[in-house]
Amino acid sequence: MALTREQMAQRVARELEDGFYVNLGIGIPTLVANYVPDDIEVMLQSENGVLGMGRYPTEDELDPDMINAGKETVTVRTGGSIIDSAESFAMIRGGHVDLTVLGAFEVDVNGNIASWMIPGKLVKGMGGAMDLVAGADNIIVTMTHASKSGESKLLSECTLPLTGAGCIKRVLTDLAYLEVTNGAFVLKERAPGVSVDEIVEKTAGKLVIPDHVPEMNISG
Amino acid sequence: MAGFDKRVSSYQDALAGLEDGMTLLAGGFGLCGIPENLIAEVKRRGTRDLTVVSNNCGVDGFGLGLLLEDRQIRKMLASYVGENALFEKQLLAGDLEVELTPQGNLAERMRAGGAGIPAFYTATGYGTPVAEGKEIRQFGDRHYVLEEAILGDFAIVKGWKADTYGNVIYRKTARNFNPLVAMAGKITVVEVEEIVEPGMLDPDQIQTPGIYVDRLIQGSFEKRIEKRTVRA
Repeated sequence: MALTREQMAQRVARELEDGFYVNLGIGIPTLVANYVPDDIEVMLQSENGVLGMGRYPTEDELDPDMINAGKETVTVRTGGSIIDSAESFAMIRGGHVDLTVLGAFEVDVNGNIASWMIPGKLVKGMGGAMDLVAGADNIIVTMTHASKSGESKLLSECTLPLTGAGCIKRVLTDLAYLEVTNGAFVLKERAPGVSVDEIVEKTAGKLVIPDHVPEMNISG
Repeated sequence: MAGFDKRVSSYQDALAGLEDGMTLLAGGFGLCGIPENLIAEVKRRGTRDLTVVSNNCGVDGFGLGLLLEDRQIRKMLASYVGENALFEKQLLAGDLEVELTPQGNLAERMRAGGAGIPAFYTATGYGTPVAEGKEIRQFGDRHYVLEEAILGDFAIVKGWKADTYGNVIYRKTARNFNPLVAMAGKITVVEVEEIVEPGMLDPDQIQTPGIYVDRLIQGSFEKRIEKRTVRA
């Protein structure tokens, strides 16, 4: 069975380490915050200017001056700080953020990512995504393995305009966890009940299949 | 003697000298920390052919979205413009020019402008459409794109508190681009919720020192929420 959005978030959460500063993009990445293990402490960075984003506010705590990068009202947690936008992206560009999780339309075997623009459709903008993929060393892309019409999103070469070149090393899809290395996707784990054959069929870019591909342990 | 007293007595005076064709920088992220009364004053003045630099372009009927209603914006430089139907319509009709720039570049380009740095190299956007036509240089084993600084004829800023000398403190994430916008204006106009006497603000807490601020005015703010999310 393909992973649900929640299960994808759960699997990504297993990559969190105690003391990590983490930037989570919009969509599935945002859900990762729900699965931070109890025995570790992480600090969420939101690029509009929060280091240490907290929970959504109660009605009483609601504050129009306190939002996240998705423009949702949030709180700041104990030990957090507020920064301006240049400072926020200095943290990102300077490689100070330990892990970045974001979505994409396509990833290719050379670690290129396309996530912001579909020619012919209205382009809304890249927001902070180009800064995030260029600035972070440790990035996990979360996306479905194939489009709704069945076309692979794991390609030999991205077809859409890029968000960043050569910057993606890890991808979690609803079918598999893969690493991007030496011009290929390396199949590290498969979703429970998903066959290697299905992953092969839905991966357009070069795929390296180790002798043993374990089933994913989702909840740790 | 006015000395360092930056106060002006009306919103009309706050934007005196803003003319057609100028470049206007505006603070804010989404609808958070936007200089909403100064934007409304730009609308009232009817200034046209503006190049507006701001992370977003407001929403229909509020914030910078107001300036679309009478087509006052000729060109918009932003990182994300997806919240605004009128914007979309004018863009598709060719009435509006848009330059999309990565959010971190936008912040740093204004900071650089205000700091007298004409351009800087960044890895952001290398190999993507935003690097097209720009100088590329390799440092170590990575490639970097030369990004130019941004300066504005006018900069409009929303602060929380200021003293009469124009020393400004922001509140929570309403800070966002505001301190950078404040640095990059030839004329920087700041509106705040409260103006206090010099000495009332702790010098250690000042986020925009008065040297960047030309005009200061106190207003009242609607502070509209774009996405209201609460927990039970």
